[in-house]
Parts: sequence; C-alpha cells; structure tokens
Amino acid sequence: MALLEIKNLHTRIAEDGTEILRGVDLTVNAGEVHAIMGPNGSGKSTLSYVLAGKENYEVTEGEVLFNGENILEMGPDERAMAGMFLAFQYPIEIPGVATITFLKAALNSQRKARGLDELPTPDFMKLVREKAKQMNITSDMLKRPLNVGFSGGEKKRSEILQMALLEPTLCVLDETDSGLDIDALKVVSNGVNALRSPERAMIVITHYQRLLDHIVPDIVHVLSAGKIVKTGGPDLALELEKNGYADYIGEAA
Amino acid sequence: MTADNTALSTAAERALIEQYEAASTGDAVKLMREKAIAGFRSRGLPNRRVEEWKYTDLRRGMNEALPIAEMPAAAEAKAAVDTVAGFGDMAGARIVFVNGLYAPELSEISGVEGLTIRSLAATLAKSRPQGLGELAASLTDSALDLNTAFMRDGALIDVAAGAEIEKPVEILHVAAGEPAATYTRHVVRVGEGAKVCFSEVYSGKGHYQTNTAIEFSAAKGAEVSWIKLQNESREAQHLSTLLSRLDGEVGFDHFIFNSGAHLSRTQTFLRFDGEGSRAELRSAMLITEEQHCDVTLVVDHAVPNCESREFCKSVIDGAAKGVFQGRINVFPHAQKTDGRMVSQALFLSESVEMAYKPELEIFADDVQCAHGATSGQIDEDLLFYLRARGIPEAEARTLLVLAFLSEVIEEIGDEQVVETLEERTRTWLGY
Ligand SMILES: Nc1ncnc2c1ncn2[C@@H]1O[C@H](COP(=O)(O)OP(=O)(O)OP(=O)(O)O)[C@@H](O)[C@H]1O
Ligand SMILES: [Mg+2]
Repeated sequence: MALLEIKNLHTRIAEDGTEILRGVDLTVNAGEVHAIMGPNGSGKSTLSYVLAGKENYEVTEGEVLFNGENILEMGPDERAMAGMFLAFQYPIEIPGVATITFLKAALNSQRKARGLDELPTPDFMKLVREKAKQMNITSDMLKRPLNVGFSGGEKKRSEILQMALLEPTLCVLDETDSGLDIDALKVVSNGVNALRSPERAMIVITHYQRLLDHIVPDIVHVLSAGKIVKTGGPDLALELEKNGYADYIGEAA
Repeated sequence: MTADNTALSTAAERALIEQYEAASTGDAVKLMREKAIAGFRSRGLPNRRVEEWKYTDLRRGMNEALPIAEMPAAAEAKAAVDTVAGFGDMAGARIVFVNGLYAPELSEISGVEGLTIRSLAATLAKSRPQGLGELAASLTDSALDLNTAFMRDGALIDVAAGAEIEKPVEILHVAAGEPAATYTRHVVRVGEGAKVCFSEVYSGKGHYQTNTAIEFSAAKGAEVSWIKLQNESREAQHLSTLLSRLDGEVGFDHFIFNSGAHLSRTQTFLRFDGEGSRAELRSAMLITEEQHCDVTLVVDHAVPNCESREFCKSVIDGAAKGVFQGRINVFPHAQKTDGRMVSQALFLSESVEMAYKPELEIFADDVQCAHGATSGQIDEDLLFYLRARGIPEAEARTLLVLAFLSEVIEEIGDEQVVETLEERTRTWLGY
C-alpha cells in the first residue's frame, strides 16, 4: 500500500471559488523522496496546505489517502498525529508563545495520541537541546516567542527542528531552501537526510537544483496550472534548470 | 428616620434603606455613614443615565438587597478558606475575611517587621481610624456610598517608612455560601520609601454580593505592587472601589485579574499628588456566558511630571459583555504628564460585546497623552500552524489566549504569580 495516494484532486479557494488544483494525481511510497517543481503560482503550496488540512481550501473532487485512509475529513491536528508534517514556505510568527513551550506542547500531544506518556521535562529538554544543536539553533532562540524576530533562515531551521522532534512519516517541505545561506542549506539538508528511512517519505517542493544536490530525489514532478504535467527521474530537475518550464506550461492548458 | 424616598424607584433600593435603618449602629463613624446613606437616598443605584455607569446599569443588574452576611461556624469558615487557592503559600502575612468579617484564627497578621495590620471592626468600636473616609470624601458614587454606610469590617494596614516587606501581604475575601451581602473597607497606608506587594483575592461559592472599597495612600518614594484577583462565584455580584493617592517619586504597579462574578465593576481612582511618580494600571478579564465585567479607571494628574499607563486585555466568550472605561485628567500646570491607555480585546464567540470608553481631559499644554483600542478574533492562521503540529484545537486555542494575555500577565515579574494566573486561565478555558 502506498503511503500517500492523491487521486484526481481538485480544489478551489473557499472564499472566492477560484480553482487552483485541477486534477492532481500523485502516489508516494514509503522510503521515497519526491521533488515537486513548477512555476510560481502553479499550486505547489496549495497542494501542501490541502494535504496538511488548511480550511481555506475546498476540495471539489478527488481523494487523498494517507496510509490507505481518506484524510480529507480530518482536522490538521489529526493529520499531524497520523504522521503528516508540513514545513511551511512562510513559517508564521506567534507572539506570546515561547518556542520551547510550543515544542513541548506539540511533542506531548503527539505522544499522547500514540498512547505514550508525556516526556518528563528534563528528558524533553535534553532531547530538544540535542536536536537544536544539530540545527544550529541556540537556547536563546528556544526561549523566544515562536519565529518572532527570527531571520528567514532561522525560521526554516526551526521548521526542520520541529520535524526532527516530531518524527513524522510524511514530510512535505515547501521551499525550505529559500532564504538559506550556503552553510544553512547544508545544515538543513543534513537534518532532512538524517530523517530519510524506509518507513518515511518526503515531498520536497523547490525551485532549485542546488537543494536536490543535497537531498537527492527518487522522482521529480512538474506541477503547472494545478496539474502534474511531467514526471521523471532526478535528471528532469537538471533539464528544468537548463531549459525552464517553457516546454511544459503549454501542456497544462 | 422619615426622609423622602421618592428618588428610589426599585425594590432593591428601598430594601437597602430599610436595611440601613434596621441595622443602624452608634459606632465612631455614625456621621460618615449617615452622610453616605443620604447620598445614596438622593441618587439611588447607578443607572445608564449616570455617565460614569453608562454601560453598567446597576439599577437593573442589582434587583435585590441580600441580608448582611454573618460569620459562619468556625469549621465552615476554615473549610471555605481552605478551598481558595489564592497565590499559594507565598504570602508573608495574611488577613482573611469570611463573609466580610475578620477571621483571626485563619489569619497571620503579626511578626512582619514594619507591618501593622488591624481589624477595622475592632477599631471602629472605639474610635475613627486614621485615614478612613479621607480619600472617599472626594468621590460621589453610590457604590462607594453603600460601602461607607454598611462597612462592617476590613483591614487597617500600615507599612512603616523605609520598611521593605519581602513577601506579599495577602488580603483574602471568602464568601462561604449563604446568600448574603458583605461590605469590607480597607485603609492601606504605605510610608516613605517603603517597599511592599499586596495581593487582594476574592473568592466564594453561590449567590452573594460583595461591595468592597480601599483607601490607599503611598508616601514619597514608596514602591508598591498590587495584584487583585477577582475570582468570585459566577452567581455573585462584585462591586469594588479603589481610591489611591500617590506622593512624589512613587512607583505603583497595579494588576487586576477579573474572571469571576455574574456582574462585576472594578473602579480605580488614582491621584498623583507629588511629582516624579509612575503608575501602571493593568488588567486582564476572562469572561464567558452571561458575565458582565466593568473595569473603570480614572487617573488624575494633579501635578507635573508623572507617568501613567493603563492597559486592559479582555478575553470574552459566550454572550458576555466587557466594559473598559479609562479617563485621564490632566490638571492645569500638570506639565510633562505622560499618560497612555490601551485596550485590546479577543472575542471567542460571535455574541460577545465590548464597550470601550476612553476620555482624555487635558488642561495643560506640554503633555503626552494617547489612547488606542483593538479587538479581534483568534487568528485562524496561527491556529492552523499549531494544529498542523498535532496540537488539538482546544489546546491550541488555550495557547493563543495565553499568548494574548501574556503581555499583561508577564509584566508582573513574579514568576509564581505569573504561573498561578496562567494556570487559572487554563482552568477557565476548561483545559
Ligand atoms: N487564499 C488565496 N486567495 C486568493 N488566491 C490564492 C489564495 N491562495 C492561493 N491563491 C492563488 O493560487 C495560486 C497558487 O498559489 P500557490 O501558493 O499554491 O503557488 P505556488 O506554486 O506555491 O507558487 P510559488 O512558487 O510562488 O510559491 C496563485 O495564483 C495564488 O495567487
Ligand atoms: Mg509556494
């Protein structure tokens, strides 16, 4: 059974009815890394939000099976507990909620959902410090309100720290490379690669080959105007880097 | 006494007068009481035509005069006090009022150097306590008049000049269950250069009425922080008046946490009487269902060079109604006044109401005064982010409400108090 199966997914913006995804089909098996590329505005972030359960979108057709179960009726928290994780393209600032408080709440809710006890505070602190260190996140940052005043790169590293802590089975990374300096790109890629495992799959949304040099995908897709218009191996990304999307944009129309 | 009662239009108002006449005592403040009840008789309960009470119509909200509360049996009093969390064991001294009456066996008032606490009732039997009625004389207000007419007991607290009282002084009020009315009156005087922290707590069970008033003065250079926790029963009515006067170079940090009572009015009057003083009046309200919570502040900048901050954060759910009225008066010659007022409200349901009435009355030209208000709902994007990490919706909302309140709560500085208040917020949210 595939880990994730998206069948003929159509979505529109709930508010004004604009259609964004127009029949996406995608199957992701455990152990695989998929890259999704595509022009600005083609619907990549929309797809990631719909997977994570954001309410501003309305699914008009199709289904999404995660571990064989239709998740479209599930809330975002239930999906997360089932193993879904979205690293946001634009991580949001939450004033008044300390990063460490947030991490603890998230980890303990997920543990509870899995029938585990809450992690005692000293164990939790030890775990967070260790993972934060790998992500170059200082304990001062952990004390600050979530993402408030974090630089663009710090926000992205904070997303990967959350992912490392929560150990999801499906990681959706939405342009995690944007805004990262060269060293941070390595730190983030190492963090992501450390999570690669036969039970886990990744969907990496990116515009650039340089991320895929570090996180080497098994399969590359092109999303254009709300549809996957091309699927290939790692070479496809290299080709796109050279020639752009001109060859594929036409096909979607 | 056969005075004209025609200004009194409701049964509750007439019953209050009858109660006064039946209970009339001959204590040391008889005249003060007579004057107060005459004031009440001429005005009745505050109603919407009284500008200061525009959003809290007490004539409609208070439709009965409950009998004056009595002290319950010792075991019952102790049990009632034991259930009140207050701020834990952090208090250095504690004066406890059960049903508005001093409970010596449950209090711990001696042994702190520089701190004197006495019972008002015990003193009144002999003489008029120093300071009683002084600040009250400047205010025309029916809730205060009722307090003066009926006051039965209270704390007379003196902090000696130069004293540094390390642990908080707690004034605890507990209503033990019978439907009844309590009237406490406190006089708190902090001496020159003294440093002290007060915690004032109200709690209880069932249906009752609290009317409490404090006359507070701080002498030159005093540093006072004060936390009031209003956690009355949801069926109770809470009327409270704080009259305060600050000398020069005083620092006063006041924080009110309102979550209890069916109807509450917390009115604070503050007068700067010496230059170079600073007052921060913060409050948080957490109300739901049919609760009505009114926070009213009046700050008089009577002298130059003082700074006041008024900051009210309201979290309103159900069909509750919040009121925040803030008035800053800058007297002629009170140059270099710096006064700021902010109200922020978070609405957790569609049927809530919030009234905000800022008033700046400025008679000096070289001043800085400003006010601002915002209101809104929980940000869906923030909620989504938290939920996307596996935090269930209810807990995510709790985190965001706490985050909203944290700006006022965390300013308190004392970690144990902050934790207690956050815990209360979680409990309130059912989490
Ligand atoms: N809430 C919204 N209201 C209106 N339009 C929206 C909304 N959300 C998305 N869109 C539109 O949907 C389209 C797809 O947006 P999306 O963010 O999914 O693109 P993307 O492929 O992630 O682009 P990029 O590469 O720039 O990140 C865009 O045209 C965008 O303007
Ligand atoms: Mg995008």
